[in-house]
Amino acid sequence: MVDEILQSKNDLKMQIRNLNFYYGTHQVLKNINLNIKSNAITAIIGPSGCGKTTFIRTLNRMNDIILGIKIEGDILFDHKNIYDDDIDVVDIRRKIGMVFQRPNPFPKSIFENIAYGLKINNLTVNKGELRERVEIALRGAALWEEVKDRLNTSALDLSGGQQQRLCIARALAVQPKVILFDEPCSALDPIATAKIEELIQELKEKYTIVIVTHNMQQAARASDFTAFLMLGELVEFDITEKIFTNPSQKITEDYITGRFG
Amino acid sequence: MKSKQHLKEKIIKNIFFLSSLSSILFLLGTSFILFKEGLPLFREIDLKTFLWGKSWYPTYNPPEFGLLPLLLGTLWTTLGALIIAVPLGVSAAIYISELATPKIKDYLKLAIEMLTGVPSVIYGFLGIVVLGPWLQNLLDLPIGLCALTASLLLALMAIPTITSLSEEALFSVSKEYKEASYALGATRWETIIKVTVPAASSGISTAVLLGMGRVIGETMTVLMVAGGAAVIPHSFLQPVRTITATIALEMGETVVGSVHYYALFAIACVLFIISLALNLSADYFLYKFRRTSR
Ligand SMILES: Nc1ncnc2c1ncn2[C@@H]1O[C@H](COP(=O)(O)OP(=O)(O)O)[C@@H](O)[C@H]1O
Ligand SMILES: [Mg+2]
Repeated sequence: MVDEILQSKNDLKMQIRNLNFYYGTHQVLKNINLNIKSNAITAIIGPSGCGKTTFIRTLNRMNDIILGIKIEGDILFDHKNIYDDDIDVVDIRRKIGMVFQRPNPFPKSIFENIAYGLKINNLTVNKGELRERVEIALRGAALWEEVKDRLNTSALDLSGGQQQRLCIARALAVQPKVILFDEPCSALDPIATAKIEELIQELKEKYTIVIVTHNMQQAARASDFTAFLMLGELVEFDITEKIFTNPSQKITEDYITGRFG
Repeated sequence: MKSKQHLKEKIIKNIFFLSSLSSILFLLGTSFILFKEGLPLFREIDLKTFLWGKSWYPTYNPPEFGLLPLLLGTLWTTLGALIIAVPLGVSAAIYISELATPKIKDYLKLAIEMLTGVPSVIYGFLGIVVLGPWLQNLLDLPIGLCALTASLLLALMAIPTITSLSEEALFSVSKEYKEASYALGATRWETIIKVTVPAASSGISTAVLLGMGRVIGETMTVLMVAGGAAVIPHSFLQPVRTITATIALEMGETVVGSVHYYALFAIACVLFIISLALNLSADYFLYKFRRTSR
């Protein structure tokens, strides 16, 4: 069923083919094959330690900064392998943004947090444009109204939920095509979580989204496709509704019904 | 049984408390003696003549006890040392913390630690035998022992302090900041210069201030290589005399209770106040750093 939907190549933002990943000699991802559709939300679920974080970080080459890793297979982004030799990894990371598990704004002002990515990527020419782009990014992350009067105060004074939305705004500012979320709500309270979930739904219109979550409800209500990982293997990948109502694997059912995890 | 145990714990606790108290007592005692022996100077000359006095001629008749040449000698050599040591020390710290492979990192850290252990008299020796004559030749100076020579050697002594403390500050910058930077498409350099170093800036300030404290209080090296002339310096190529060197040189020849004796204590008070201020600001930056780094 999922294969039919993900048939048309034009719809695919990313394709993961025969992906193996090792920390030293410890193999953490085993022959993963998965397609990620444009302007859709793909959720990655699975028990902790199964390789979700490792997997999502292979998608924008964030694992490259760790010493002693080995990676095999292809990851296509707009039909081009991001691990090819002629690829500019800095450019890949700008186009494939990332929001981390713990909100990690820079110890700078709110304004500078957003302006940073714009400056290093030379995306703006003058001050006026910079202000404008910062505002657009903050609006995009539904944070503008809350912070517009204190753009020059430290980002560390914001609440956890606001900090995470600031991190989303920061990612939006550099105009990525894909945004990766690694358990973005695990450090947040339910109200802040709801706001971020709502935001992610809105972002889907413009961006392709991959989200790691260990929260079954979140995956079920917020995603279009779900991949279930276990011990580094992709057990099942399907339309979210199918995974949560009629999974093809017994172990998937056991996991989503909370029999282990 | 239980109360005996309790008593034992109480005694041990008090012993530790007293030993921690002793450091405060030493500090208070030291400052008390310094000021007790230094303040009587102002019965003989007024504070302004001391602070703004342009000559230090303790054995002339009448003697002059002007602080300026010595204070400027100290500040001059210290400034020179910092101009050299801060860029080098901080760059070395950046290299060790952010760029070196783990193995090179270990070797460099070891080397720097060993550098810290070199006694200052050896630097003085090197200055007299090697660096001084070399500079004299190179720059065609009348004398090789001058402020520049002292500054270069003091820089060598400050670099280990500045490097190792800055390295610690850089290393403790949260990995999450760096990851956030990379994820936005920053290069390694952009991340180091625009995220890591600013996040460590108050820790680096602490390192610089403590390095400065090390230099300002240094006696043996400057005594040996700075040239020893108690005149207000106009260039780095001129011999100078620091507060520390003056005390070390002259303390032995003064009569207890003489004006000269009080004057030496008075300049020691000035040095003490400067060092205290440096350490307090270092602590302040350290406190700030601990608050912002997670
Ligand atoms: N930097 C690392 N070095 C070595 N092993 C790691 C590293 N990061 C994660 N691992 C290991 O890889 C496995 C998968 O971890 P991770 O991808 O973080 O899982 P998840 O996000 O699903 O909890 C775990 O066994 C973990 O111990
Ligand atoms: Mg994880």
